[in-house]
Amino acid sequence: MLKRTDYLTKNYGKPDGWTLAAYEAGGGYRGVRKALMMSPGAVVEETKKAHIRGRGGAGFDCGMKWSFMPKPSDKPHYLVVNADEGEPGTFKDRTIMEQNPHALIEGCIIGCYAMGAHTCYIYVRDELHLSKERLWAAIEEAKAKGYLGQRPFGKTYEVNIFVHTGAGAYICGEETALLNSLEGKRGQPRLKPPFPAQSGAFGMPTTVNNVETLAIVPTVFQLGGDAFSKLSALHHLNDGGTRLFGVSGHVKKPGVYECAVGLTLRELIFDLGGGVLDDRPLLGVVPGGSSCPVHLPDEIVNIPGERFEAYNGKCILDIPLGVDTFRGAGSMLGTCCAIVMSDAVDPVLALQNLMHFYRDESCGQCTPCREGCGWLERVVNKIVAGEGTMAELDQFHEIATNITGSTICAFGDGAAQPALAFIRRYRKNFEDYINNGAATQTRSLSL
Amino acid sequence: MAFALSDERIKEFAEILSRYPNKMAACIPVLHLCQEANDNWVSDEVTEYVAEKLELSAAHVKGVATFYSLFNREKPGKHQVWVCRTLSCALRGSEGIISHCEKRLGIKMGDTTPDGKITLRTAECLAACGTAPAMQVNKEYHENLTPESVDAVLDKLLAD
Repeated sequence: MLKRTDYLTKNYGKPDGWTLAAYEAGGGYRGVRKALMMSPGAVVEETKKAHIRGRGGAGFDCGMKWSFMPKPSDKPHYLVVNADEGEPGTFKDRTIMEQNPHALIEGCIIGCYAMGAHTCYIYVRDELHLSKERLWAAIEEAKAKGYLGQRPFGKTYEVNIFVHTGAGAYICGEETALLNSLEGKRGQPRLKPPFPAQSGAFGMPTTVNNVETLAIVPTVFQLGGDAFSKLSALHHLNDGGTRLFGVSGHVKKPGVYECAVGLTLRELIFDLGGGVLDDRPLLGVVPGGSSCPVHLPDEIVNIPGERFEAYNGKCILDIPLGVDTFRGAGSMLGTCCAIVMSDAVDPVLALQNLMHFYRDESCGQCTPCREGCGWLERVVNKIVAGEGTMAELDQFHEIATNITGSTICAFGDGAAQPALAFIRRYRKNFEDYINNGAATQTRSLSL
Repeated sequence: MAFALSDERIKEFAEILSRYPNKMAACIPVLHLCQEANDNWVSDEVTEYVAEKLELSAAHVKGVATFYSLFNREKPGKHQVWVCRTLSCALRGSEGIISHCEKRLGIKMGDTTPDGKITLRTAECLAACGTAPAMQVNKEYHENLTPESVDAVLDKLLAD
């Protein structure tokens, strides 16, 4: 197995591990000092070398995204942190904000400096009260030390960080919905282009980064971009460094683990996660948040392209978890937080659970998503009640296909992807409900 | 009676405004501030007050208040309980926790106990999947729930 690391997690679980003193004792606030000695352009270049693929789910290269920001002008630039963690199965950013908030603050200072921003907003979902409290406390501590404000670390470059709160809407994790919400509006996604780098928060050049993406940036400046990237088993695919892996559901040791990029699902489930509860067989695994497709434990992958030849013919559980490896395999890495289901799970009920989520959280702006998500849930409900027909199962497929690609944001695809993957992989279970009646099914989700 | 913030909260209001380049951006944090000052709900008086303070139309503020699930449009119980129902928690038995809460309090999800003490609701993913099943009580998380630990929490709320 790949080596476990502790760049972000060394103070997890320690008393007062979230304080500035603990952070500095562990080597914190050294990366930013190095970064502030460099020119902003050089900071962006160094970040590019680290090949940090966005940890929020889209997997876009962080340094590349930073380089899209226009040159400083009289317009203010903004850095906005997406801390609206709410993708089902994902719980890694919360651990950073609660147990290592200064890593995020340090990353924000470096990000602001690199992109010509003087103001940074951390958009935290309202439910995470402890995260907000710890972040505000970290900001106050950093201010008192002179790390934030007019002259951070003595450098004449003003940086101010504010925590902004949401009010309960999954869609605000979508970056343009988040920007609308930050501006005091309903959290509905915007059409792109213009992209946030041209016209983001308050119509100004803006970059939106995930919590974990920014929190690992200080490590990049401590180790050097190239050295950081090479920690990864997928350095050759430009997917660098280390990241947080989450595992939840039917495993013995659910939790967040830090490791080099390139860990496999088998290692995540059986080594870090301690194996399946009661040593039951695996029914399936969702690799990175509920919007990713579900996979069978014996699925063989075939990834097109020479770069991926080494992985062809292997089981999905043995493919290194990387942005491009999983995309190539017809899956999605997402947030890299896996949901594990043992054979005790009725996959029809699992899909019903998720379809309720998407119906509930659709913002209602685009018709295919607003109507489609409701429709998907109603069809699954009917099947679960034992009243579904084969024609409706086909219709379910058609609705999900029609949502795909026809909405402003990726939410629609995020709902359609699990819908299609579940009925493709577990079609027999759905047909059993229809043909043999609901009473013949196990109808359970938990052990 | 028309809604108004106390002097102390007015100071907080001014501090919130200072974070943003315009007044509209303060809309959500200010709605939270007012909701807390108004027994945890956003009445029409509150939206009108916020609209006037932030120089926005009442329709805009009402639109925002109705979009987000954590702004209550009706007065909830003294304590609010949200039990996570999404997949990772469901795999760990949230369904049992939900029915346990309903039985214990004698109400259904979405309802408030007759004495006005507790409003019980389900939540979508609380980002506590590794410590499932989880629930939020007011501003606090309770994780790795069992029927016994849920009882201990609910007993405390009922006695308050």
